[in-house]
Amino acid sequence: MRPFTYERATDAQAAVKAMAEHPNAKFLAGGTNLLDLMKLEIEHPAHLIDVGRLPLAAIEDTAEGGLRIGAMTTNSHVAADARIRSRYRVLTQAIVAGGSGQLRNKATTGGNLLQRTRCAYFYDTAKPCNKRHPGSGCGALEGLNRNSAIFGASDACIATHPSDMAVALVALDASVETLTPWGEGRRFPVAELHRLPGETPQIETRLAPGELITAVVLPRPPQGGQVYRKVRDRASYAAGLASVAVAGGNLALGAVAHRPWRADKAEAALKSGASPGEAIAAELAGAAQNGRNGFKINLVARLVPAALEEARANGRDA
Amino acid sequence: MTSVLEWEATSNPVKENRAGIIGKAVDRYEGPLKVTGTAPYAYEVTPPSPAAYGVMVSATIARGRIAAIDAAAAEASPGVLLVWSHENVPEQGPRPPLYDFFTPFPRPALQSDRVYFFGQQVAVVVADTLENAQAGADLVKVTYEADSQAVDFHAHRHEATEPDSPPEFQLGNREMGDFAAGFAAAPVRIDDVWRTPLQNHCQMEPCAATAWWEGDHLTVHCSVQTVRRNQIALAATLQIPPENVRVLTRYVGGGFGGKSAFYEDTVLASLAARALGRPVKVAFSRQQMMHGTIHRPATEQRVRLGATPDGRLTALSLMTTTHCDRRGFFTEFSSLFVRNLYAAPNRLTGHSVVKLDLPVAGALRAPGEASGTLSLEVAMDELAEKLGIDPVELRIRNEPEADPETGKPFSIRQLVRCMREGAQLFGWDKRNPKPGQVRDGRWMVGLGMAAAIRGNILFPASASFTVDADGVITVRQGMTDIGTGAYTVLAQIAAETLGVPLGDVRVEIGDSELPPAPGSGGQFGAASAGSAALAAGMNLRKAIAELASNDPASPLFGGPAGQVTFQDGVVAIANRSERLADLVRRAAPDGLTAMGEVSPAADSGDWSSHTYGAHYVEVGVDTVTGEVRTRRMLGVFAAGRIINRKTARSQLTGGMIWGVSSALTEGNLVDPRYGSLINQDLAGYMVPVQADIGEVEAIMLDEVDDKANPMGIKGVGELGISGAGAAVANAIYNACGARVRDYPITPDKILAALG
Ligand SMILES: Cc1cc2nc3c(=O)[nH]c(=O)nc-3n(C[C@H](O)[C@H](O)[C@H](O)COP(=O)(O)OP(=O)(O)OC[C@H]3O[C@@H](n4cnc5c(N)ncnc54)[C@H](O)[C@@H]3O)c2cc1C
Ligand code: SF4
Repeated sequence: MRPFTYERATDAQAAVKAMAEHPNAKFLAGGTNLLDLMKLEIEHPAHLIDVGRLPLAAIEDTAEGGLRIGAMTTNSHVAADARIRSRYRVLTQAIVAGGSGQLRNKATTGGNLLQRTRCAYFYDTAKPCNKRHPGSGCGALEGLNRNSAIFGASDACIATHPSDMAVALVALDASVETLTPWGEGRRFPVAELHRLPGETPQIETRLAPGELITAVVLPRPPQGGQVYRKVRDRASYAAGLASVAVAGGNLALGAVAHRPWRADKAEAALKSGASPGEAIAAELAGAAQNGRNGFKINLVARLVPAALEEARANGRDA
Repeated sequence: MTSVLEWEATSNPVKENRAGIIGKAVDRYEGPLKVTGTAPYAYEVTPPSPAAYGVMVSATIARGRIAAIDAAAAEASPGVLLVWSHENVPEQGPRPPLYDFFTPFPRPALQSDRVYFFGQQVAVVVADTLENAQAGADLVKVTYEADSQAVDFHAHRHEATEPDSPPEFQLGNREMGDFAAGFAAAPVRIDDVWRTPLQNHCQMEPCAATAWWEGDHLTVHCSVQTVRRNQIALAATLQIPPENVRVLTRYVGGGFGGKSAFYEDTVLASLAARALGRPVKVAFSRQQMMHGTIHRPATEQRVRLGATPDGRLTALSLMTTTHCDRRGFFTEFSSLFVRNLYAAPNRLTGHSVVKLDLPVAGALRAPGEASGTLSLEVAMDELAEKLGIDPVELRIRNEPEADPETGKPFSIRQLVRCMREGAQLFGWDKRNPKPGQVRDGRWMVGLGMAAAIRGNILFPASASFTVDADGVITVRQGMTDIGTGAYTVLAQIAAETLGVPLGDVRVEIGDSELPPAPGSGGQFGAASAGSAALAAGMNLRKAIAELASNDPASPLFGGPAGQVTFQDGVVAIANRSERLADLVRRAAPDGLTAMGEVSPAADSGDWSSHTYGAHYVEVGVDTVTGEVRTRRMLGVFAAGRIINRKTARSQLTGGMIWGVSSALTEGNLVDPRYGSLINQDLAGYMVPVQADIGEVEAIMLDEVDDKANPMGIKGVGELGISGAGAAVANAIYNACGARVRDYPITPDKILAALG
């Protein structure tokens, strides 16, 4: 870990301003991801701007019948909110499927969206990794990459995005609100936040450098049942091997791509009357495996129909 | 030398258990300190003056040499006090060419430009603060010349040869009868291959040391399982007399075999403290623990069973292939226990090892049994199914009358009773032998069982007991408590032996200046250290009795010393009595001390002495995803007299939980391109979490093994894991019909097996 300077931001405008003034600065929220990466010499910011105490920790009703979740709300707080538990249960289920109780108490909504991949080669600085060290190659490509992407991977990077929460947000058609370094507020779908790796896996989102996430906005919940199912090697505190969020007719997959994967081909097939099995097969027609992660295709094919059925049952109960 | 027959025939306070302290569920002696964070672990010990901090730099190739080390930037970095590599580290005692983890050889650090494995320590940076040391360590530039490397066990396993370990380890092939003919002639046969992965210990507390010097005397607190051997080895490394080295290890956050000996942290802290003239702390990071300390090597195990249609084994073989680092000879002895477990006329067991450019192989959680039962006890399940015989019944039919290979009588063997009682308590009769028949919502439910066996060892040990003027007994012993309960068990033995309440006993252990004991490992701790404690206690009783009968001021004066009783802090002969504290305060105000020791009896080897158990497990297998969760586990164990039901139960259930992880989640993979392990932290290396473990219960049969040692106790630390993983694997098969012989049994493998 290298020496760094630290400041605590008092409001959002000041935070982005401080960012513009310091080269190689980073926002620090819960720190559950960033501090680990700093200790392991994967990230080396020279300056930290602590945004953890910005007044962005409320969950408010919106005029459109949805909710605005402040970027600094903790994962535990969001998962426990009565409105979210009753109307957006897929979100509560996704959040509590992630990390551990201790992590969720610290982790924030903004930080969770921007957490970095759990690729083992990314975590070991002795290995090549285009994401950590652009141009060095991808250690995972020919490596022990059982938990790599089956959608949208490139030869430069086959990592997956590890957030569970983000998968549910994508299925819920949520948006992010941001403040750019030039002081402008922006809003766009969570589904457009993360990028596919292409040739530049180090660029993970469409945020401008120094852009601050201020909130996540949930629209009115979609009609129909919701469910989040995550498959993992142990019952808790493990990254997913595959996950699925169902919210009405919306379907998103986790741990299968460099971003939460909106399964729009499957959604379209379902709308036109396909069976769940046929629908996910339509989506998986676009999947590719690299010799070690092929089981994920079978797993997703089994998981999604079961989740759709569970969501349908949940919808009837509601 | 004594005879076990003497042990058997002699009564003593532990056997008599008048106060009922032996066998009770006594809370941990050091528990309050641990839960309030006031038990200092090695790195947390406060030295006499402010410490400097060392951070180690680890190799990033598997084999080759260090071409250059550029330390200039690190040396110029703020707060850095020294940077050492092989170029400038102080001279140390030489490492023997073939290197054994157990013997107290020198264990020098940063010895040469050679790199033998990925993650080997190649440099250390010591600075005024931990942060400055970390920043400095990141600035050390090491350039390597890599050699070609052999790191892929499965690619090289055909090159395996007979182990070069000492002959007394008996790891070579051993045949009884004519195995090949017996197997060929058997009407029913099993012949399968199992694979177990390399495993890391993942102790909560990484290895760490705090060292300082007073003149030419070194004091070092480090996280090790044994003090005396490490004192000798450290002195040999530093080339100073052992009496100038004091090794302390008061509290250890888990050992699991990985802390039998110290590592570079201890050596470098000691050397740097001497060079800088101030205390130095050095710790391994979690990532460094994975490569830089020992591991359990991967195995490939071929099991062949031949049986008659009525379930008598006629041929029995487990052949193990495993790997070891080039300079070592450790062999994961997965086949050994087979020699003691089941009867069969034709038998073949043995091991072969291939040397690889991997980190150092060594002992981890019941070496041998933990990995070996994962094959044999599943093969027995397969055989039972093939024969249409219940798995419990199959094992009972092959229960030997005497040790199957040596013919020696058993000291005591209650395996069958463990299996029968377990079956009844667990509801084994409700198991449907046909797989895939029981559903609970989305789960397929199955039951499995396996037998457990683990050896019993007594090592020479000594102890001292002191009674002071307050009647308080202090036990002093160079023993360690690695989280097992050693402190508590020693306190119980002392309290029962001297007839004082537990609150009047102090225990001082973890110090090389105390009477030596073998430390913790191989489930020999309580039996060895405890028997020495009993001996010291008996000698102290004698000294106290003589004190009383020779003291004219004592009501016991003139009475026969041999008839003095010790109870509730009172010494008495019939109805003449006084308080122990009063006697000592008056007649020996400076206190009385007695020593005691134990060593194996001359005829210990005439009996086959083991601990036994039976595991019963219920799992659910998710029909959609292949995820497995254990729902219920029961272990029934026979391990001699139990001194503390609480700490023994914790040891056993802890072992059972490690069994679950060895079956389902645990293991590390080697990337053959780099010779490095893929999982380097506790997020990636999957030990079980609370949510993985449903109900778990361990039951200890009333048992006394009077031939094991003077107390009739045996170890429990490694018995719980032995067989537990096999019971999980068997339950998975019963649940869903998937036999996965490549551990761990992860969801992807189950889905593949289900098709
Ligand atoms: C062992 C472990 C297991 C885990 N398992 C899971 C899991 O199973 N599922 C899962 O979903 N997650 C998991 N997590 C990840 C955890 O959810 C994230 O670490 C957490 O959500 C990050 O939030 P934070 O507030 O701590 O972010 P920080 O660590 O503070 O920040 C993360 C990144 O986001 C940036 N950032 C933070 N806030 C903002 C903002 N408002 N605007 C712009 N940039 C910002 C930071 O600069 C940094 O780059 C796990 C983490 C660990 C350590
Ligand atoms: S998959 Fe991506 S993150 Fe992993 S090593 Fe390759 S480039 Fe790095």
